[in-house]
Amino acid sequence: MKITEDMVDYISQLSRLQLPAEEKTAMTAELERIVAYMDVLNTLDTTDVEPLSHIFPLKNVLRADQVAPSFDREALLAGSPAGDGETFLVPKAVE
Amino acid sequence: MELYELTALELAQKLHSGEVTQQEAVEAARARIDAAQRSNNAFLTLTDPAPAADPSASPLAGVPMAYKDNICTRGVATTCASKILEGFVPCYDATVVERLTAAGAVSMGKLNMDEFAMGSTSETSHYGPVKNPWDLTRAAGGSSGGAAAAVAAGEVWYAIGSDTGGSIRQPAAYCGVTGMKPTYGTVSRYGLIAYASSLDQMGPIAKSAADCAAVLDLIQGKDPRDGTSLDAPAGGLLSSLTGDLRGKKIGLPADCFGQGLDPEVRAAVLAAAEVLKARGAQVEEFALPVMEYVVPTYYIIACAEASSNLSRFDGVKYGWRAEDYEDLTDLYCKTRTQGFGSEVKRRILLGTFVLSSGYYDAYYKKALQVKALIKKAFDEAFAKYDLLLTPVAPTTAPKLGESLTDPLKMYLSDIYTVSVNLAGLPALSMPCGFDGKGMPIGAQLIGPALGDGVVLNAAHAFQLDTGWHKKSPKGGDAQ
Amino acid sequence: MTWETVIGLETHVELATKTKIFCSCTTQFGGAPNTHCCPVCTGMPGALPVLNEKVLEFAVKAGLALNCEIRPKSRFDRKNYFYPDLPKAYQISQLYLPICYDGAVDIGGGKTIRIHEMHMEEDAGKLVHDPWLDQTRADYNRCGVPLIEIVTEPDFRSAEEVVAYLERLKETLQYLGVSDCKMQEGSLRCDVNLSVRPAGSTELGTRTEMKNLNSFKAITRAISYEARRQIERIEEGKRVIQETRRWDENKDATYAMRSKENAQDYRYFPEPDIPPLELSEEYIEGLRASQPELAQAKRARYQADWGLPVYDTEMITSQKALADFFEEVVALGAHPKQASNWIMGQVLGQLSTHGLEAKDMKLTPATLARLIALVQEGKLNRNTAVKVFEAVFADDGDVDAYIKEHGLAQVSDTALVTTVVEQVLSDNQKSVEDFKSGKEKAFGFLVGQVMRQLKGQASPAVVNQLLREKLSS
Repeated sequence: MKITEDMVDYISQLSRLQLPAEEKTAMTAELERIVAYMDVLNTLDTTDVEPLSHIFPLKNVLRADQVAPSFDREALLAGSPAGDGETFLVPKAVE
Repeated sequence: MELYELTALELAQKLHSGEVTQQEAVEAARARIDAAQRSNNAFLTLTDPAPAADPSASPLAGVPMAYKDNICTRGVATTCASKILEGFVPCYDATVVERLTAAGAVSMGKLNMDEFAMGSTSETSHYGPVKNPWDLTRAAGGSSGGAAAAVAAGEVWYAIGSDTGGSIRQPAAYCGVTGMKPTYGTVSRYGLIAYASSLDQMGPIAKSAADCAAVLDLIQGKDPRDGTSLDAPAGGLLSSLTGDLRGKKIGLPADCFGQGLDPEVRAAVLAAAEVLKARGAQVEEFALPVMEYVVPTYYIIACAEASSNLSRFDGVKYGWRAEDYEDLTDLYCKTRTQGFGSEVKRRILLGTFVLSSGYYDAYYKKALQVKALIKKAFDEAFAKYDLLLTPVAPTTAPKLGESLTDPLKMYLSDIYTVSVNLAGLPALSMPCGFDGKGMPIGAQLIGPALGDGVVLNAAHAFQLDTGWHKKSPKGGDAQ
Repeated sequence: MTWETVIGLETHVELATKTKIFCSCTTQFGGAPNTHCCPVCTGMPGALPVLNEKVLEFAVKAGLALNCEIRPKSRFDRKNYFYPDLPKAYQISQLYLPICYDGAVDIGGGKTIRIHEMHMEEDAGKLVHDPWLDQTRADYNRCGVPLIEIVTEPDFRSAEEVVAYLERLKETLQYLGVSDCKMQEGSLRCDVNLSVRPAGSTELGTRTEMKNLNSFKAITRAISYEARRQIERIEEGKRVIQETRRWDENKDATYAMRSKENAQDYRYFPEPDIPPLELSEEYIEGLRASQPELAQAKRARYQADWGLPVYDTEMITSQKALADFFEEVVALGAHPKQASNWIMGQVLGQLSTHGLEAKDMKLTPATLARLIALVQEGKLNRNTAVKVFEAVFADDGDVDAYIKEHGLAQVSDTALVTTVVEQVLSDNQKSVEDFKSGKEKAFGFLVGQVMRQLKGQASPAVVNQLLREKLSS
């Protein structure tokens, strides 16, 4: 699998990362090596193998619909790099 | 004998009998930390411990300990050793912290680690690498390097680490201490800052298997706040340690003793097998060919989940925010690009790639299918054996700086540990000797799902007959 | 050329649970910003989701009512994207194995809309831009409010069909009690996918998506605008571009949203924090058995069994609480037609006067049934009964106590009425003479006199009968 700088640009944009040019070149090469190594999985026949996302057969883990007190707003906002005491502030995000 | 040379249970006994006071224990820990921190950088945050409320709350009440810095502690900074979480102070305690606090645990602070638990040497920390107390030019292992180093250096009697692909067991091996990753779902993940949710599990690092059992007795058990937590019986591990291995069958996967394994490590692990045999166990080699596929499967799944789990770090709700951004997207990009280290970014990109449109089936779905085959292979192995014995890592602790130059090589060094996380199994790392350079070697015992007690009992049996776990670095001065 | 409009709908419905989908914070509408929040719904590091059992139950009930298949093995997936209203930067939703699929909704006129799938997911927060600060404020109170998203096949051909479908959907979900479907509070909102094609063609044209339309009026106008826009483009020889468009209520037009919001790669994958769902036959059948009778069935039954006019049945079933009220009044012995008349007249009248919905009214079915019985038994005059009704409506007052207190009971005691009749006849000899000489008007005067003496509480029938008997003797 060939990894191109265009692909790295695309996945960088999806993950909101912006690699400087030389870092991008190095990363492209590293990812290519790693992905090439991962291709070893293609030597395994997995036809009819059900993908396994949860290791144990746990199911239907539910909680009762009972209200618990919410958290103190001050505590939730305390770590925000930008807030007005009531909300989290971000650059314009509404059209 | 100095206090720091005691195991956690031995210290607890002295606290209980009144031979040692709570304050003396804390002062002893503080003195060791003062002596060692500058050289090994095990701690990221030191706290003034509140004395245990009730000294008889549990078998470990009053014993000084510490948490890896990816475990949320209310009111105490929790950074995951990342710049992006600089200054983050959680507003709640992880379930594990709640349970240990109620059990009288005395926390000395938060421990250094690989950034977001991504790394095998604790060198990816934004706050400087952890150094191995046995040789300060070498890595302590990772990602729970601070936890292993702090226990090895006698700074705390036990620590809580996390293990996604070997992050408890491998640093424990590198630092000559005992570390246990319990069965997935037996310790609540609530409050553990997620790296790879389907693989992450917290567990103890301590001097002995018995100490690990005592800690697990306090932290295992169903938590309604973690949907993946198992409703399995918890507690009683410590009291069930008999050291009796008669009739137990132990399998040695031949694929874990082949190419790439350091001969000194091989010899030490095979010698450990002989000790277990002498205790009554039957030991037998068998083939586990699926080992060839475990590393790529692990990295695909772990990175995919990580790319999603780490998306919330964006400079809006908590932690660090970049300066000089133009708009919302720029704020996100600058904060994340400058806030994450290069290993974290590599894994985020890799994870994004394997989930992205057009590659999901070829990589992510394929990995989930191989995971099913790996589970099946372990199920078959445990139909024949009670336990498996393998090395923890192919070598002893590498020199600092050596591993960072080649990420793929670093990933490959996780070969013996990652399969355990993929299959959700309990596994323990115990010291079983030293190499020619004087660095500790670890052996790994793997049990079937919920066989945590079997694993601990075998390690306990081993430790009854050996003294590796009682060795301290350079006479214990941690220098 | 004639054109056909092809429409598919994605409807988000907020479920009427007490708590959020993955944490125990309240779902109450409003509240000061970020006061209905906790580490889970604000995406604090380390916090984990646990599914609310009511969300699952409501989703299955909705699916059953929309004639869907219920998937026995279902699970949640993560939908990954960055936006400040989504604190975890992923939405927990269902892509690969949605809980319900293959449903159908009969919208009348012989038309059925097929449901492609229906899934559970969490709502996002609210963003409000502050022009003074030039910053956007993020409020996470709505984060984690449970939603179901119902996706139809492209089966609609007109805005009228869309509205008929939404009305049926709203009514059904309200009857089930799984949602209040208040469009103005955003608890029912629609994305409209629309394309046009030459009439008779079977191929689908390029579609556009219009997001978050939250009134029937907006939906109708947006559809008609967008269909016209697409047709004009094609007739001008231009292509329709697949894109997301926003409806601007003020300008009465749709406009394209910035293109970067169009190209999305959500990287869905199974949510590792939530174990899969496995619904037993027993669970599903249990919910099926407990499904309430829906409005459509009620209307048919009222018409067939009780002969109520179509219009009345529509009014009564317009609110589930009202239909329930009506049925209880009947169950307490009232004649269905009379109960219906009272509801159509007095109950709806009072509700409107008080600005209430049926579910909020205090009046109990027993009270109305009692009033109807008193009139039926001749113990209360119909006009008096209306006055009593108005007096007791607001607080469900005691009808009998009110009547007694205000001396309103209708006098049907023949002995008492006879005494008064005799008195009136002897006091009004002139009128008696007039009557006997053929002046029928005098009879009315005498009736009036009797009623006056009895303060209007006498049964007119009894007074009439006794007067005639005495006058003819």
